[in-house]
Amino acid sequence: MASTHPIDPAFTSLPLRRLADAALQRAKDFSVEHADFRLERIRTQDISLRDAALQGASDHEQLGFAVRVVLDGTWGFASTDVLNKESAVRAAEEAVRVAQIARPINSERIELAPEPVHDDRTWVSAYEVDPFTIPLADKVALLAQWSEDLLRHPVVAHVTAGLRQVFENKYYADSAGTVTTQQRVRLYPVLEAFGVDEASGRFDSMRTIAPPVGRGWEYLTGAGWDWQRELAELPGHLAEKLKAPSVEPGTYDLVVDPSNLWLTIHESIGHATELDRALGYEANYAGTSFATLDKLGTLKYGSPALQVTGDRTVEHGLATIGYDDEGTQTQRWDLVSDGVLVGYQLDRRMAPMLGLERSNGCAFADSPGHIPIQRMANVSIKPAESDVSTEDLISHVERGIYVVGDKSWSIDMQRYNFQFTGQRFFAIENGRLAGQLRDVAYQATTTDFWGSMEAVGGPDTWVLGGAFNCGKAQPGQVAPVSHGCPAALFRDIRILNTATESGR
Amino acid sequence: MKVTPQELVEHALATTTSDGCVVILSTTTSTNLRWANNTLTTNGVMHHATVTVVATKGPASKATAGVVTGSAAAFEQITDLVESADAAAAAAGPAEDAQPLATGDADAAWNQPPGTTTVSVFDSFAPALGEAFGRARDAKRVLYGYVEHEVTTTYLGSSTGLRLRHEQPTGHVGITGKSADLTRSAWVGQATRDFGDVDALELDDELARRLGWAARSVDLPAGRYETLLPPTAVADLMVYLYWSSSARDAFDGRSVFSRPGGGTRVGDSLSPQDLRLYSDPALAGLECSPFVLAPQSTSELSVFDNGLPVSETDWIRGGELSSLLQTRHSAELTSLPVTPAIDNLALSVTPGQGSVDDMVARTERGLLLTCLWYIREVDPQTLLLTGLTRDGVYLVENGEVTGAVNNFRFNESPVDLLGRFTDAGATVPTISREWGDYFPRTAMPTLRVPDFNMSSVSQAS
Repeated sequence: MASTHPIDPAFTSLPLRRLADAALQRAKDFSVEHADFRLERIRTQDISLRDAALQGASDHEQLGFAVRVVLDGTWGFASTDVLNKESAVRAAEEAVRVAQIARPINSERIELAPEPVHDDRTWVSAYEVDPFTIPLADKVALLAQWSEDLLRHPVVAHVTAGLRQVFENKYYADSAGTVTTQQRVRLYPVLEAFGVDEASGRFDSMRTIAPPVGRGWEYLTGAGWDWQRELAELPGHLAEKLKAPSVEPGTYDLVVDPSNLWLTIHESIGHATELDRALGYEANYAGTSFATLDKLGTLKYGSPALQVTGDRTVEHGLATIGYDDEGTQTQRWDLVSDGVLVGYQLDRRMAPMLGLERSNGCAFADSPGHIPIQRMANVSIKPAESDVSTEDLISHVERGIYVVGDKSWSIDMQRYNFQFTGQRFFAIENGRLAGQLRDVAYQATTTDFWGSMEAVGGPDTWVLGGAFNCGKAQPGQVAPVSHGCPAALFRDIRILNTATESGR
Repeated sequence: MKVTPQELVEHALATTTSDGCVVILSTTTSTNLRWANNTLTTNGVMHHATVTVVATKGPASKATAGVVTGSAAAFEQITDLVESADAAAAAAGPAEDAQPLATGDADAAWNQPPGTTTVSVFDSFAPALGEAFGRARDAKRVLYGYVEHEVTTTYLGSSTGLRLRHEQPTGHVGITGKSADLTRSAWVGQATRDFGDVDALELDDELARRLGWAARSVDLPAGRYETLLPPTAVADLMVYLYWSSSARDAFDGRSVFSRPGGGTRVGDSLSPQDLRLYSDPALAGLECSPFVLAPQSTSELSVFDNGLPVSETDWIRGGELSSLLQTRHSAELTSLPVTPAIDNLALSVTPGQGSVDDMVARTERGLLLTCLWYIREVDPQTLLLTGLTRDGVYLVENGEVTGAVNNFRFNESPVDLLGRFTDAGATVPTISREWGDYFPRTAMPTLRVPDFNMSSVSQAS
């Protein structure tokens, strides 16, 4: 759905076309094979409260542009925040100079997949109220009110509250003639309550599981999440967690809530199906992938119930946009079908390596100062077609654990071995929930885990989760991304007791 | 005529209508090369200038703060930012961390222009890297890596008279080498201020040596092993410990440094060893800002503390927890000295002696790690961290490396490790594999842990 908001006039009144023309023309003077110009303005506001008192509020705006060229089969990239014509010309020259220096040590010719020319397109994300139009005092007052409500409960000793809001504008123009102007809004409200069990002296916390979303201020006033309900239930969850028995390590069946499963998808499917990782580009940093090119079409990634799509189009998705950072129109495609690996996430440089004629639109740079690289689309699991509820899944478990909310996460450099914890864990006994457990972590190998997925919930259990802070590349870049999934049932998963792991 | 950073700072201070104001202007130039599969992948040269305006209103004890950060290329942008900060300070409620702004004068370097770097910093490294690619191709090795050099010059001016300047060069190199069949992997990394001390061919030699160690592979199961953590792996763990040392979090009863029942664990013995964990802005080769730079208030930082001098601080001394990361506000809460965060970290053990190789030579049987990866907190109560070994776990037998072992997932607390290690090497400059891009200035020894907890095997190679 296209938004009804126009692109911010303060952005469109910048000399976008003039700077782009100057830079692209200068690059063409050097007979580059490709040149693109990307100007971005990213406004961020962070608010944090501690025990209902304002800890910090800060506004941040990043404004600048980058010129990227392919010269003699080699990349060159330069960026600056000085917005005038001379600076645009200089950046183009600098990008060319970088390509010239890099040319002798580049042995792989850069070829870009063709993309239809998108001439002067605009795209705006789906949101109702720009959060930057709400007075700071009103935002702080709402978070303080929510914090005070939590602090009134005797189990809650401390509360932190945070709200990050982003308003992002991108202007892109390239030597083929594509020109796009885009605008996205996203925000992430989060509250966490801390308590102490007087008997043992042990402390613990319970955090909201409301996901970060591509929405506006309306998200805090009722659209897309029931805050009143979640905040009312939080102290009770914390109290139960503080008194909960420590888990017996061993093998359990798991029913995993979307509020936890999104992160497992992110780490073990999202990153593993990035073609740049499979090709080794991230070998020195984020790592590679076990899902290498030779396994495309044959790798049994999971059980036949596993259907995974990549997309940059889902409404309110954090990776959703109209055109990516190299002018490719965004799409939706299959990554895993009936449990088998069938696709990757691509940019224009990598698509030809896969024998494809077109990129699927995953180029992204987190700032005007960084070069676009392949970043994650919204990678999501499809729900069952039938109306399977979370309770239905739980009813099929004799001895197991129901996992809710994400917390700790870690996975190895080839995306095999992972370990996750959560906000809360409920014992399942004979098909019913039987109270919380603590000190739980689940550990598995990616294909074993997804291979053990017996069933997924129906459309009513499907939730779009996600994160603002996915890290990749050198220099480090941070990307927002969403993952939708239903609740799901897994058999025979290894459960650790984290207190035992620490030698206590 | 080009506007100078000093003029922009003075313009901001002259424009504000608030009672107090701190302006932090940073100009950065950076350049990088990245490669994979023995060929260059991406590269770049970046310039940007960022300014943070902190406006404060009202009496010191009940002051409000408005904090706005933006790009700083022209007077008009600065004017807009100051107006926004003034408006935010007027609209905000009292800041919990309100304190009088730090006072002082102009330092001697204030008038100097900002430092810069260019892609020419790689003039000798890049051709050597090209030669290393050729050698690697001939020897059936595959190289992947990254170099970056950045110079950030920060100007801090305040309505209370401060005019401080700090120039920070930062650079690092990391190279991963793999065998042609990708079954063996090794890594080397180094921090540098100017690339004068980085030799691409020497780094490639070390990768070749390590891949040679992996000619014999040994499968070992999960379990507790005597383990040598080299300086980079110690940095991986100590940086996390340092970042978890907020006095405020400890005081609020939510960190490993909280005293059950209330207060902090400052004064507790964490280790029977004579170890010292400390930061010092003047540490040779690891020099960093000698004053507080706080672009926003957090648990460990206060915008009111901007410009406060920092000096050599022991976090752990003689094995005893001696300081936590403080703001003036948290120091009042905890009745402890004001010890703000400093941008470097060193661990030394008395009498730590020898290099990694020396430590290998005095090992009968154990594991030698390369580095750790994907480190995340599992339980803040004990600071239990999980993560993985990466790019080389080696078996040491009778004082020699005899083969490469599979990777492991570990679950360990760095605080517990300080209490359990039995032997340490000499402290040397190093860079954390996991955190070095964000916290590059560290010096660490090799540590021997008799019972490091390898929780499960990872198939990654």
